[in-house]
Amino acid sequence: MTVTARKSDLLTAEARTHIDAWLTKFPAGQKQSAVLTALQAAQEQNGGWVSRELMDAVADYLDMLPVQVYEVGTFYSMIELQPVGRNMVALCTNLSCMLCGSETIVEHVEKKLGIKLGETTADGRITLKLEEECLAACAGGPMMTVNGHYKENLTPQKVDEILDGLE
Amino acid sequence: MSAHPEIPAADAVNIEIDGQACQARKGAMIIEVTDALGISVPRFCYHKKLSVAANCRMCMVEVEKVPKPLPACATPVADGMKIFTKSDIATGGQKAVMEFLLINHPLDCPICDQGGECELQDLALGYGGDVSRFSEKKRVVEDKNIGSLIATDMTRCIHCTRCIRMLREVAGKMELGATGRGENMKIGTYIEKSLESELSGNVIDVCPVGALTSRPYRYKARAWELQQAATLAPHDCVGSNLFAHTRRGEVMRMVPRENEQINEVWLSDRDRFSYEGLSSDDRLSTPMVKVDGEWQSVDWETALQTSVEGIRAVIAAHGADQMGVLVSPSATVEEMLLTQALARGAGINNIDHRLRQSDFSDQETAPPCPTLGQAIEALEDINAALLVGSNVRKDQPIIGHRLRKAAVAGAQVMFINPVDYEFLFDVHAKAIVPPSQMVATLAAVAACFPDAAGSDAVKAAVAAASPDESHRAMAQSLKDADKATVLLGNVATAHPQFSLLKALAAAIAAASGAVLGVMTDGANGAGGWLTGVLPHRGPAGSAVETAGLDACAMLAEPRKGYLLFGVEAACDCANPAQAAKALDAADFVVCAGAFASEAMKSQADVLLPVAPFTGTSGTYINTEGRWQSFAGVASPTGDSRPGWKVMRVLGNQFGLDGFEQQSSEEIRDALQQQLGAVSLDNCQAAGAVAQAAMSDGLERIGDVAINAVDALVRRAPALQLTPDAVVSERVQLNAGQAEKSGVREGYTVTVTQGDASATMDVGISERVPDGCLWIQSGTQAAATLGAAFGPVSIERV
Repeated sequence: MTVTARKSDLLTAEARTHIDAWLTKFPAGQKQSAVLTALQAAQEQNGGWVSRELMDAVADYLDMLPVQVYEVGTFYSMIELQPVGRNMVALCTNLSCMLCGSETIVEHVEKKLGIKLGETTADGRITLKLEEECLAACAGGPMMTVNGHYKENLTPQKVDEILDGLE
Repeated sequence: MSAHPEIPAADAVNIEIDGQACQARKGAMIIEVTDALGISVPRFCYHKKLSVAANCRMCMVEVEKVPKPLPACATPVADGMKIFTKSDIATGGQKAVMEFLLINHPLDCPICDQGGECELQDLALGYGGDVSRFSEKKRVVEDKNIGSLIATDMTRCIHCTRCIRMLREVAGKMELGATGRGENMKIGTYIEKSLESELSGNVIDVCPVGALTSRPYRYKARAWELQQAATLAPHDCVGSNLFAHTRRGEVMRMVPRENEQINEVWLSDRDRFSYEGLSSDDRLSTPMVKVDGEWQSVDWETALQTSVEGIRAVIAAHGADQMGVLVSPSATVEEMLLTQALARGAGINNIDHRLRQSDFSDQETAPPCPTLGQAIEALEDINAALLVGSNVRKDQPIIGHRLRKAAVAGAQVMFINPVDYEFLFDVHAKAIVPPSQMVATLAAVAACFPDAAGSDAVKAAVAAASPDESHRAMAQSLKDADKATVLLGNVATAHPQFSLLKALAAAIAAASGAVLGVMTDGANGAGGWLTGVLPHRGPAGSAVETAGLDACAMLAEPRKGYLLFGVEAACDCANPAQAAKALDAADFVVCAGAFASEAMKSQADVLLPVAPFTGTSGTYINTEGRWQSFAGVASPTGDSRPGWKVMRVLGNQFGLDGFEQQSSEEIRDALQQQLGAVSLDNCQAAGAVAQAAMSDGLERIGDVAINAVDALVRRAPALQLTPDAVVSERVQLNAGQAEKSGVREGYTVTVTQGDASATMDVGISERVPDGCLWIQSGTQAAATLGAAFGPVSIERV
């Protein structure tokens, strides 16, 4: 018998270890509980975004139907379904940050990088996340996250410093 | 609908709805109680057969001491609860929800297929405002292509998720999902993909709006133009209840008719969409006679006279023994009974309806008719089931659904099959073996019962068997089960050693206390037996003077003349090549049926246009032994006539007695009277069995493709585009076997059985065991091949 290729073969050993570690935290037979962390692992191995093939791989690995993984992948904003830049910058535009002046910050960043929210710079350095919702740091507004790290009390100068420091 | 089904006192709570005191079962949702009482509560996402989602929020009701309205579908009743369904809080909540639902719903009712039978439209009349306060842009969602059966207009979707739940909970595979969130939420497959479920059409019924509608029916008619008439599904032994929706005598669509004992509220796609075949181009509309090789349309009298003369000429020249009569297992009881009376009246005993069967050795000792041995509904409650040679999911989708329900509830469902068919539940145990080893495998299970009894052949098979762990596990499961059943499916009935399989299954059933069941081909397999469309028995099991030839023998040993009723030999017979040879060589062939293929035209001498099930009154006896009669729902096509009338007149023309019936009911009642106390059970006295014809080399697995079971389905265009139908035209084998045979996926190959051959494409499937080619029967691709099971070879073109 030939060994049939499995869809989950796409997942790297590292991603599998990560998923397996999470699987131990859930009751047996509840593999699908690990779907979100599995998608994050898949995203990590793939330069920050998940392809359809990777979602199928996760489905296969967790014995789920592909559409169940698509549901989760499309629901959560931290799962990217299109290629992204090396750095993910998410500017909060929700109520508190807006009152503190996030619109100026967005305008400044867009002008500085020459791209709109939801786009990636031509050199693939930075992706600006589209419509990031409240990140629960209202006291430090306007704020943003850079690769998941909080940067608060932003001013155009401070943003420049942060963005210029990104590889 | 009873408002107060028996509620045991311990389980009852006293509640009050709209001031009316009543009792309800503890834990019941409010909406179940109001439905039972006939109090209307509007809803979209709630469906009595599906899980509660409570996401549409339309069923708001007021409950005393609760400050906000509550969803009736997700609020369990409690003792002393006072519920108000028409109060200001309740209707205020309902109206507010309706306003939200209508924000994004397009106002395209005039061009929507659901218009006139739309739950949203109906409820908007009662709960919607006449002016919208919403002036922003409405959202638009692109439509998806989810196959040939279901049309989508996803902008109309209100996200009730009934379709998702139906496919997940009933069909067993979540093929649709809700992707995205908030305003971007969409129902779909995410990737472009056809639905594969054999029950997918039910999403059309559960969809409360015009998002999912029937694709074949699209833009064909309006709900208010249609008349509704009850009828039955003619494709499997289940006998699902249908409503035909007709306009001016033409069937426009089929929808399920609720019958909790049979199909509940569901319908298989085959039963729902096969009506399309009724308007096939080769539908026969006038009687035709072949004169000097040319077909001429004639009147009924000429056609019947030619038939009588032709049959008489064959009998006069060669004897009645040289006539063969084949009847479709989906013909009605009335058609069968009169065809049988005609044949026997003319001295013909070569008559049969078991077209796909190849082993008849135990027919003498067979019970009055094969049955399921239990109610279809009872299958839900079994604890263990062993299915032998059955792709029940595709062959009898409704029974497959019942078994799935049982399996989901914990029943151990097991299979002995030649193909590792996909079942959408946890299969407890399975043995996937080539057809030639099915007997040995079943015998190995039987050998696990020390007290398994049976004929010498059974004993010999059991003695030769070497049971292993897997067989013991199957036997143990049947033994331990409170309620167990052993079912023989359509692969078993067509198997060259059917009699031995049946004897072994009977032995296992007896030793384990399980119920034995046999699922037959066609809609009226049981009727075929009881009406005496058999070479060895007359109606109601009466004896015949001389037994005739069975369906296989009368084609293997060609006769001079044939009468075919509803039979398309190339696709309906166990061995199409053999059938074609016999019919080609015959002196005189009469075909009575709804269609005339090119093959039939070249073989026949007379074509009699007989109305299909939609154009005749009649009766089907389903696998439970349940008699269900129906009336004609469509006007006749051209000069076509109900089959029983054609046969009655033919009987008169033959000058035979007993052909004076005025109605189909008269014929049915006469048979019922004759049957009297004949009890239907599957007890079989030990009988003869066929011995194995072993072969080296490849074996064919020729189960019947889901959408190729009869002439009507084969002519339904949308069903022929489903993934199931597309795959059934291929020869499938596993990768290892393909390598050995020197073929690859996509190759065009010639498959050969003796001097019969066919050209088809190769598909690779690991569901097929080594040494086998899976070439389904009934399809156009297989119409020139030989026996469904037996030696076969494959070669690249």
